[in-house]
Amino acid sequence: MPNNSVLLSMKHITKSFPGVKALDDVSLDVKPHEIHALVGENGAGKSTLMKVLSGVYPYGNYDGDIFFEGKHCKFSSIRQSEHAGIVIIHQELALSPYLSIAENMFIGDERAKFNIINWDRTREDAVKYMKRIGLHENPNTPVNKLGVGKQQMVEIAKALAKHAKLLILDEPTSALNEKDSEHLLEILKELRDKDNISSVLISHKLNEVAAVADSITILRDGKTIETLDVERTQDTPVSISEERIIKGMVGREITDMFPKRNTTIGDILFEVKDWTVQNPDNPERNKLDGVNITVRAGEVVGLAGLVGAGRTEFAMSVFGRAYGENITGQTFIEGKEVDISSIPKAIANGIAYVPEDRKELGLVMIQNVKENTTIAKLKKIANLTVINEHEENVVAEEYCKRLNTKTPSILQKTGNLSGGNQQKVVLSKWLFTDPKVLILDEPTRGIDVGTKHEIYTIINSLAKQGYACILISSEMPEIIGMSDRIYVMSEGKITAELSGKTATQEDIMRNILNN
Amino acid sequence: MSVLIEILKKNVRQYMMVIALAVAMVAFGLLTDGIFFRPVNLTNLVLQNSYVLILAVGMLLCTLTGNIDLSVGSMVAFIGALCGVMMVDLQWNPYLAMLIALLCGALIGMWQGFWIAFVNVPPFIATLAGMLIFRGLGQVIMKGQTKAPFPEEFQLISSGYIPDPFGGITIGALNFHVFTLLIGFLIVVLIVFGEIQKRKKQKQYAFDLLPPGIWLAKVVFIAAVLIAFTVVFAIYKGFPNVFILLGVLVIGYQFVASKTVQGRHIYALGGNRKAAELSGIKVKWVMFWIYTNMAVLATVAAMVFTARLNSATPKAGQNFEMDAIAACYVGGSAVSGGVGTVIGAVVGGLFIGVLNNGMSIIGVSTDWQQAIKGFVLLAAVAFDLYSKSRSSKVA
Repeated sequence: MPNNSVLLSMKHITKSFPGVKALDDVSLDVKPHEIHALVGENGAGKSTLMKVLSGVYPYGNYDGDIFFEGKHCKFSSIRQSEHAGIVIIHQELALSPYLSIAENMFIGDERAKFNIINWDRTREDAVKYMKRIGLHENPNTPVNKLGVGKQQMVEIAKALAKHAKLLILDEPTSALNEKDSEHLLEILKELRDKDNISSVLISHKLNEVAAVADSITILRDGKTIETLDVERTQDTPVSISEERIIKGMVGREITDMFPKRNTTIGDILFEVKDWTVQNPDNPERNKLDGVNITVRAGEVVGLAGLVGAGRTEFAMSVFGRAYGENITGQTFIEGKEVDISSIPKAIANGIAYVPEDRKELGLVMIQNVKENTTIAKLKKIANLTVINEHEENVVAEEYCKRLNTKTPSILQKTGNLSGGNQQKVVLSKWLFTDPKVLILDEPTRGIDVGTKHEIYTIINSLAKQGYACILISSEMPEIIGMSDRIYVMSEGKITAELSGKTATQEDIMRNILNN
Repeated sequence: MSVLIEILKKNVRQYMMVIALAVAMVAFGLLTDGIFFRPVNLTNLVLQNSYVLILAVGMLLCTLTGNIDLSVGSMVAFIGALCGVMMVDLQWNPYLAMLIALLCGALIGMWQGFWIAFVNVPPFIATLAGMLIFRGLGQVIMKGQTKAPFPEEFQLISSGYIPDPFGGITIGALNFHVFTLLIGFLIVVLIVFGEIQKRKKQKQYAFDLLPPGIWLAKVVFIAAVLIAFTVVFAIYKGFPNVFILLGVLVIGYQFVASKTVQGRHIYALGGNRKAAELSGIKVKWVMFWIYTNMAVLATVAAMVFTARLNSATPKAGQNFEMDAIAACYVGGSAVSGGVGTVIGAVVGGLFIGVLNNGMSIIGVSTDWQQAIKGFVLLAAVAFDLYSKSRSSKVA
C-alpha cells in the first residue's frame, strides 16, 4: 500500500498501441504540497501518461495501478478523475470564447436549481475563485476579450471550482510571454503553499522547470528515466541545472545548445524602410509604425519583444501583405526595390515565411510529406502545368535527407509526424522555393530539446550558405544564442538594435519596458 | 490471404465502393434473372445517369474545398429553358445555340464565383441563392410552357451512338459494333500499360508495393470488366455519344485533379486553406474557377438532359444537386474537404444509379428508392468517419 506521504502514485503503467509501446513500466509519485515537473522530448509519453491518469484511457485499457490519496483508482472517464480531484488543463485552452468568465467557469457544473441557472450565485462563486488566484476582472467579461495569460488563469479558477487537489498543466506557458508565465508560476506556488494543491507541470521550458519544480520526473521513449529532487535554500535557489535535465531527456549531454557558426557576413540583402501597417481590427491604431530593418547575407537577425509587440504582424505584412491594411513603406532586396504586394509576388522575389503555428498555417496535415514539400513552388517541377512525379519524388527525398527529417516515407501524412519533423517539412517547403530571405517565426515552439538543437544547426548552415535570416522568438536565450544582431520591438516600433554577441536578457527587457 | 486482408484494411475506403458496386450489380443481375445485364439495360443505365455523373465531376471539386453547390439543378432548368427559347422558339442553328448556352453557363458560374471568392459569401448561401434565382429565372423565360421538339442534331447528344466506319461484323446470331470494340480494347491496353509504368516507378522509390500476384489479379480484373462491358455495348448499338463525352470528361478531370498544379492547389486549399494561402496559392481565384467550372459542367448536363427528354420544362433538374452531392460523398469525399477523387465520385454516382435502375426493374416503388438512397448516403459517410477515427487512434 502506498504510504500517506504520497498524494498520487502511478505504478508500473504500461500502455500499448498497435505496433508501439507508448508507456513502458512508468511510475510517477507526486507528494502532497509539491510542484512536480514532468519533462521529456516529444513522444516520450508525457501526454499518454496524463491521459491514463485522467481516465481518457479507461481502467483496463492499460496495465498498472493508480493510487490517489491512498485509494486505488479505476477511472473510466474524465468526469470520474475530476470528481476525485484531478483536473487537467490542456495546452489548447478549452474555453468557449463568447461566454463570460463566470459561465465558462461552471460549464458542466452550473449553479442551478431545477435546471434553472442562478446567475447571482454563479457570479458570486466565480468572483470567489478568481480572487483566490488574483484575477481581478468582471466575471461577465467574455473570455475572448481577455489575453491568453488571463484566459489561462480562468482555466485555473475553473479547476479550483471543481475542488481540484491535483492540477495537471500541459505546457501552460507555451503561448504566454515572460511576464504572464512568471505570474502563472507564482500562482502555482501560492496554491501549493496556501491551499495545499499540488500540480504536475508538463513543460519544455527548462528554465521555468528548474525555477519552480520541487521534483522533476524525466521520461524518455516511454520509460521513466529518473526523478530528481530539487532542494532550495536561501543561497542556492536552484540546485539542478538545465544541462542536468537535458542530459536525462536526451540521454547525452548537449554541451552547446546554440552551436557556433563561422560565417562571413556579406552585403545588405534585405531592407525594409518605414514600414507602417494599420491594425485591421482597430483602424485607429497602427500595429506597426515606421519600422526599419536591414539584414545582411549570411546574417541571423533576431526580432525580440513581448507577445503582441507586432513581430509576427511585421513578418506577415512583409510576406505579401498576409496581414494588415493600408501598408506603407518600401522593401529592397539586394538594393533593388521589390514589389511584394501579394504572397505569390513575395515568394517570387525570394522571401519565405515559416509561420509560428505550423499546424494551422504551415502544413496541410492530411497531405503527405512530398505534397507539402513542393506546394509552394510546384511550377519548378512541372512541365507547363503537369507535375513531373519523378522529379517531385526526387526533390522530396532530397530534402528529407538534407534536413534529416524522420519519416517512414515521403508518402506519410504530415499529421502523423512529430512536431520537430513537421517543422522540418515546413522548412523543406520554403527552402524549395529558393528564397534569399528566410523569416522564421518561433521555429522551435513546442519542439523537444534534441530537435531544437538540430533546427539551430540547420539555421546556421543556411546562414553559411548566404541566406538572410530573420528569427522571431519569445525565448530570450534562443534569440541571444542565435542572432548576430537583435532588434527589440515594442508596441509596433523598433526600440533598440543590439549586438547578438554582447546583449543580455536584461538589456532586451530594459529596452522593451523603457518604451 | 492475410496479406490480402491487410491491403483491404489499408485502402478500405477506396476498395469498399468498388466492391459495393460490384456486389450490387451482381445481386441485381441475379434478382432480375439477368435483365439487368442486358445490353439495352446497361446502355440505358449510362444514359439515365449521365447528367448526374457530369454534375458529380464538377461537384467533386466543390466538395474538395469542403463546400457544395446547391444551384446546379436550377442551372440545368435555366440553361434548358435558354436552349428551348433559342432552338425551338427562335429556330437558331443548334450548334450556335449550344455555344451560346455554354458561354451563358460560364457567365453564371463567374457570377456565383464572384460572390463566393471575392465577397466571401459562404458557398452554401451563395449557391442557395443561385438555386432560387435560376429556378425562378428559368420559369420566367419559359412562361410556364414546355418547349419541344428540339432539332435532330441536338437530340443526337443523348440519343445517338458513335458511328461504325467498319460497318459491324456478325458472329453467329450477334452483330458487333467494331469501332466500339476497338475503342474498348485500346482503353484496356492503355490502362494495362499505365499500371505497368506505375509499378515500375513505385519499385524505383521502394514505395509500398502490392504483392505481384495481387497486383496482377487486380489488373486482369479491371481489364476483364472493361472488356466485358465493351462487348456488351458492342452487341447493342455501340457506345452512346454521351458515354464518350462522359469518358472524356472523367479522364480529363481525373488527370487535372491528380496530375496538375491546379489540381494540387485545389487539394491543398481543401486540406488547409490558410496554409495554402501562405504557400502562395491564389485561393480566391481557385474558388472562383471551381464554381465557374461547376456551372459550365451544369450547362453540359443541361444539354444532355434536355436532348434526352427532347423538351425543356421549368421543373427540369429538380434534386439533381442532391444526387450529385450524394454521389461525391458516397464516393469517398470528406465532408471537411481535401479528400476525394473524380473516379470515386463517378463510382459513387454509378452506385446510386445502379440502385435506382435495379430497384426499378424489380419493382421497388420510387418512394422506397428515395429512402434507400438516403440510407446508403448515411451509411457511406458514417462508415468513412468510423474508419477514419479508428485509424487515427492507431496513429
